[in-house]
Amino acid sequence: MGLFALIISNIFVNNYVFARFLGICPFLGVSNKMETATGMGLAVTFVTTFASVITYIIQKAVLDVFGLGYLQTIVFILVIASLVQFVELALKKMIPTLYSAMGVYLPLITTNCIVLGVAILNIQEGYNLIQTTVSAATAALGFFLALVLVASLREKMEIADIPEALVGFPITLIAAGLMSIAFSGFAGLV
Amino acid sequence: MSEILNPIIVLGGLGLLFGVLLSIASKVFAVKVDPKVEELLGALPGANCGACGYPGCAGLANALAEGRAPTNACSIGGQKVANHVAEILGVNAASFEKKVAVVLCQGDCDKAKNKYEYQGLQDCRIQSTLAGGKKECTYGCVGCGSCFDVCEFNAIRMINDIAVINRENCTACNKCVEICPKKIIELVPYTNNAVVKCKSQDPGKLVRSYCSTGCIACQICVKNCPTDAFSFENNLARINYDKCINCMVCVEKCPTNAIDNVSIVSEDFAQKFAS
Repeated sequence: MGLFALIISNIFVNNYVFARFLGICPFLGVSNKMETATGMGLAVTFVTTFASVITYIIQKAVLDVFGLGYLQTIVFILVIASLVQFVELALKKMIPTLYSAMGVYLPLITTNCIVLGVAILNIQEGYNLIQTTVSAATAALGFFLALVLVASLREKMEIADIPEALVGFPITLIAAGLMSIAFSGFAGLV
Repeated sequence: MSEILNPIIVLGGLGLLFGVLLSIASKVFAVKVDPKVEELLGALPGANCGACGYPGCAGLANALAEGRAPTNACSIGGQKVANHVAEILGVNAASFEKKVAVVLCQGDCDKAKNKYEYQGLQDCRIQSTLAGGKKECTYGCVGCGSCFDVCEFNAIRMINDIAVINRENCTACNKCVEICPKKIIELVPYTNNAVVKCKSQDPGKLVRSYCSTGCIACQICVKNCPTDAFSFENNLARINYDKCINCMVCVEKCPTNAIDNVSIVSEDFAQKFAS
C-alpha cells in the first residue's frame, strides 16, 4: 500500500475510533470540551507516533532475534508505559508550555488501547519503519479528528433541548454511532 | 532451558533497562517544585471551581507561590483561607473582600421595549444569537435564565423577564458571570451599595427610546459625586468601588434610576425567595 493510501485509510476509511473501535474510553471521557479534546488529541498523536517507532525497533531488534514473538503484548505495554513516563519528565523540564497544555493527559494514555493497538497492528501488517511512522501518526490524527468532531457536537448538545433520559452519555453514544455510520461511507475509497 | 531463560532475560533485562533509564531521566529532568506549592494546595479548598481565574486550585497555588496572585484570590475560601495562605507565604493577609454578583441591567418587561417575540429554546446563549436577543437593547439581560440554571446556591430568580441576584445567598462562585452571553453580571464588593445597573454603550437618546431605566450618559453622577468615584467612557458611567463611600447621592440624582442601591430589597423580590 502506498503511503498516500495509508494516510487516507488510517484517517478516514479505517478510522481507529469509528471503524476499529479502539480508544473509545478517552474518546468518550475527554470529548466534552473542545479545549480538552485538542489537548488529548495532541498527546495521543505525540505518544502513538513515538511508541510505534520504538516498539517497531524492539520487535525487530529483540523479539524477532530471540524468537519471542509471544511476549509482544507484555513487552509493548512495558515500553509504552515507560515511554510515557519518560516523555512526561522530559516535557516538564524542556518544554513547560507544551507540558501544561497536554501534561495532564499523558498519564491517561499509558495504557490506552489505541497506542498499543496501533503498535501491534503495524507489526501484523508487516510495515517497514517509514510506513510504521506514517501509519502511527495518521492513526492518531484520525483519533484526533474523531475527538474534535464529537467534542464540537457535544458542545452544541450541551445547550440543546434533549429528552431527559438521553442527556449526557446516551446521546453522545448515539451521536458517535451515527458518526461511525457516516464514516462507513468512506469504505472502498482505498 | 533456553526456552525459559530467554524470555526471563529479555523481559527482565528490558524492565531493568527502562527502570534505570527512567531513574536517570528523573534526575536529569528534575524540576524543582517549590515546597510551598504543596502546602498551599493543602490550604486551598480543593474544589477546583476556577473562580479565582486560574486552572483549578493547583494553578492558584502555583501563582500564589510565585507571588502572582493576591492572598485573598480564593473567593469561596473567604477570610479563613486567605489568612492560612498568608501564614504559609509569611506575608500579611490582605483583608478579604467579600464580593457578590450583580446583574447590571434593570430592563424588565415594563421598562425595556422588545423588538420581537422569542419562542425558541429557553437559553440566553441561543436567544442572544438571534439579532442580539429579543430586547431592542442589545446590551441588556435577555431574560431566559441561563444564570438561574447554573446557580447552585439558590441566589438567582427571574423576575419580570430579568435576572435578580440575592446578595445574601450569593457566594461569588462566578458561574453566572461566565455563562451570561451578554456579560452583564459582574462581581461587586459586598460593602458597596451604589451600582450602575446598565451596560448600554448606545448614545443617550437611543437608550431613552428603548429603555426607561438605562444610562443616558447625562453625567449627573460624575458631577455630583463627592469623591470623584465616577468615570465615563463609551456613553456609560462607571463606579470605582474603591473610591465609593456609599453616600448615595448618585442614586438620588440619577434621572433614570440606572444607578441602584442594591442593599434595598423590594418586597416582591423577598417574596420570590421566600416561596
